[in-house]
Amino acid sequence: MMVLLVSVTVLLVIISAAQILKIAELSAISKGVKVYEISEKDNRVQAVLMLVFLVFYFSFFAWQYLKWSHLMLPVSASEHGVGVDSLMNVTWLFIIPVFIITHILLFWFAFKYAFKANRKAVFFSHSNKLELVWTLVPSLALTVLILYGLNNWNKIMTPVNSEEDHVLIELLGQQFSWGARYAGDDKKLGRANVNYIEGANFMGIDSTDNNCKDDIVVKGEFHIPVNVPVQFVMRSNDVLHSAYMPHFRAQMNCVPGMKTQFNFVPTITSKEMKKITNNENFEYLLLCNKICGAAHYNMQMNIVVESKEDYAKWLSSQKKFGSSLPNPSEGGALVETQK
Amino acid sequence: MSTHHHHDQDFLFKYVFSQDHKMISKQFLITGFIMGFIGLIMSTLFRLQLGWPGESFWIIDKLLGSWAENGVMAPDKYLALVTMHGTIMVFFLLTAGLSGTFSNLLIPLQIGARDMASGFLNMLSFWFFFLSSVIMLISLGVEGGAASAGWTIYPPLSALPQAIPGSGLGMTLWLVAMALFIVGSLLGSLNYIVTILNLRTKGMSMTRLPLTIWAFLLTAIIGVVSFPVLLSAALLLIFDRGFGTSFYLSDIYIGGQVLEHNGGSPILFEHLFWFLGHPEVYIVLLPALGITSEIISTMTRKPIFGYRAMIGSMVAIAFLSTIVWGHHMFVTGMNPFLGAVFTFTTLLIAIPSAVKVFNYLTTLWKGNIKFSPATLFSIGLVSTFISGGLTGLILGDSALDINVHDTYFVVGHFHIVMGLSAIFGMFAGVYHWFPKLFGRMMNNKIGQLHFWITIVCAYGIFFPMHFLGLAGVPRRYYTNSEFPLFDNLLDINVLISTFAIIIAFGQLLFLYNFVFSALRGPKAPQNPWDSNSLEWTAPVEHIHGNWYGDIPEVYRWPYDYSKVDENGEYIGGKDFIPQTTPLYDNETDEAH
Repeated sequence: MMVLLVSVTVLLVIISAAQILKIAELSAISKGVKVYEISEKDNRVQAVLMLVFLVFYFSFFAWQYLKWSHLMLPVSASEHGVGVDSLMNVTWLFIIPVFIITHILLFWFAFKYAFKANRKAVFFSHSNKLELVWTLVPSLALTVLILYGLNNWNKIMTPVNSEEDHVLIELLGQQFSWGARYAGDDKKLGRANVNYIEGANFMGIDSTDNNCKDDIVVKGEFHIPVNVPVQFVMRSNDVLHSAYMPHFRAQMNCVPGMKTQFNFVPTITSKEMKKITNNENFEYLLLCNKICGAAHYNMQMNIVVESKEDYAKWLSSQKKFGSSLPNPSEGGALVETQK
Repeated sequence: MSTHHHHDQDFLFKYVFSQDHKMISKQFLITGFIMGFIGLIMSTLFRLQLGWPGESFWIIDKLLGSWAENGVMAPDKYLALVTMHGTIMVFFLLTAGLSGTFSNLLIPLQIGARDMASGFLNMLSFWFFFLSSVIMLISLGVEGGAASAGWTIYPPLSALPQAIPGSGLGMTLWLVAMALFIVGSLLGSLNYIVTILNLRTKGMSMTRLPLTIWAFLLTAIIGVVSFPVLLSAALLLIFDRGFGTSFYLSDIYIGGQVLEHNGGSPILFEHLFWFLGHPEVYIVLLPALGITSEIISTMTRKPIFGYRAMIGSMVAIAFLSTIVWGHHMFVTGMNPFLGAVFTFTTLLIAIPSAVKVFNYLTTLWKGNIKFSPATLFSIGLVSTFISGGLTGLILGDSALDINVHDTYFVVGHFHIVMGLSAIFGMFAGVYHWFPKLFGRMMNNKIGQLHFWITIVCAYGIFFPMHFLGLAGVPRRYYTNSEFPLFDNLLDINVLISTFAIIIAFGQLLFLYNFVFSALRGPKAPQNPWDSNSLEWTAPVEHIHGNWYGDIPEVYRWPYDYSKVDENGEYIGGKDFIPQTTPLYDNETDEAH
């Protein structure tokens, strides 16, 4: 086995390195050298290694970026996601220069000011001016980031106006699958609670509530129309889950005992995204992103974004919750939904 | 048990039930390192699974036994390993191991005290910790396996054995172990605070304290403020699990039936947990920052730049750390207005952190740096503190957190800024104060090699994780192979796992150096690093009461390195002036 072989080799190399260094120390002691003192030569080597490391670190960073940046999430498929992405880019514009400059200073100083017996260190204990500068400059930068960030956050977290044309979907997490429920023509989700769970009714919908008759429950895959706001309501049957839809820059936990919400406007259809990513098999995904048990790693649901017309067609082909109730002939409400 | 004992104490009271802070310090260090090595091995094992998912490994088969049939770990046991790795590293290595070791060793020695305010409580503090460690390790072997709900043990997953086997006896033991741990930690912290405030030697004003002591003081204060809240969170969870209460549970359908619990909220647990959980980051980080401030100043032969600003920024960090916990909960369903408030307070922490970084850099500037292993690890800490801290600007920003929350981006971030910084600080401390711990010197060359292997591999492990996170890979996934979306990312995981294996072997260098030097290393001289602080005036051999005769008096701050007079000559003739040296006629006191 490859890994085992490599491991044993590394182990042996390390042991022999330690032994060689130990022998060097013992022979140094026998010559009367104070071994704990770092010789000027050794110090020089470490100083050069500081520079070598700086080069390594930056090259490693650049190498990763070149090699992997095309594997990152594609362009945001939701309206607010574009704002999030540009906020992210602005933040990177702060972070990367600071990262590079401070690291150059750190390792350059370490290299340049390595110990020399004939040099004196400079006694420089404080400078109010300098300290004021590096308190104020980060404060200003952060003010920008905080205001920009909160502006985005408030927009994202404002629920869809119920007067507006929108789609209302309930996402339900349970070990280890997802369900989605559409509000149907009445735009209202029927009452639901774990007490009503029975057989195929895994979402625990209360069949006595008239609002539920036209609700549509789907598993495995759900569809949403492009350019129409989608209001999600999240629930959980058992433990915490998190509805994570990375392509839409969307995430909200599903909490047993309460309803949470998130909303976004999808802007790119699945078909268009296949082209953008140059990948015929591309699918939008809903993943679970909160540890929820043994099969947490495999709790997924496909999302299809399509034109309004295709979406309407798909939705009308789905079974309404009312139609699955045992005695449809007795329920007056059912007739209502078939209008 | 007698609270006072003499030099002819027998073995049991000298090495086991010792009330001497130096011995207790070593007990914390060794217990912490043993736990740390166990945590390290766990991480190496689950990295094997992540790098080569589903492949059978001989070592996994041997070490995990029934957790891994045919050498492939079971998915829920993967989660058990992840949970225990996190718990052990955060609490046992980096809280008790780091703070317990260095607060105990350095507080009395650096402030000039004979011992801690209460040697007895100090001993109890260690024994609670030790007992807690033992129970935590026992929990690995019980039916159902160890706790598997993540180190954050969010209910309902952690409350219901039906949800995951590890939430049975394993979780009960986890909670018991943590309760004991917290008791130990509180006893220790109270002792540290009282000792620092009351037992300073003559002349040792608060503004003449080494930064290590300031860091330990603030750490202890945060601990006292926040650990009891975790204890209450754990107690309520114990009630929910065993006594039918519903603090955290409501509307649950699991295993084919509806549970009786009603009206509780898991969000309550998250608030209580993170009220400790976030300050905990600084409980592990501040001691490391204090240690490296002291080391960098000593080894660059320069005063630490901006001593008061360093104290001020640590105070600011300590205060802010208690009002930012909500940034772990942006997408939990917490009120979005609260999210906005927590974004604001969180990003404020960047200001004192930036001040600290720039002060470190200025301290290096025009220094005369000696690269002992301790110096190397201290410089490494500055690098990791920057690299990991900067991505905090992304995670602390609620709008950005939405899409990277709970992904590998977070894993990369906190391992670099908290894990690496703290362990680098701890290694630096061990290399630097080894002569005070064991009266012997460690081997510099092996130490230097240890540093370079460690830092290269550490970045090799955690830097690529940011890319995984930006590709949308969630953390705590047993394998990514169920998602075609992530197929292209396997190479990254192989690279990470390879570095993880190398770094694990690299730590053997340290282990070897540590053990060999403690037993056979060259005898330590009185003051090997030509340091100013008080601990180096104490005799090399450990004596009860720390100093023969009177406790030395202090006349100056500890950072008078390379202080020169108007002719450019060193004041006092050397490039350092110990705190015990009275002011010369031609100089002014820096710490007025």
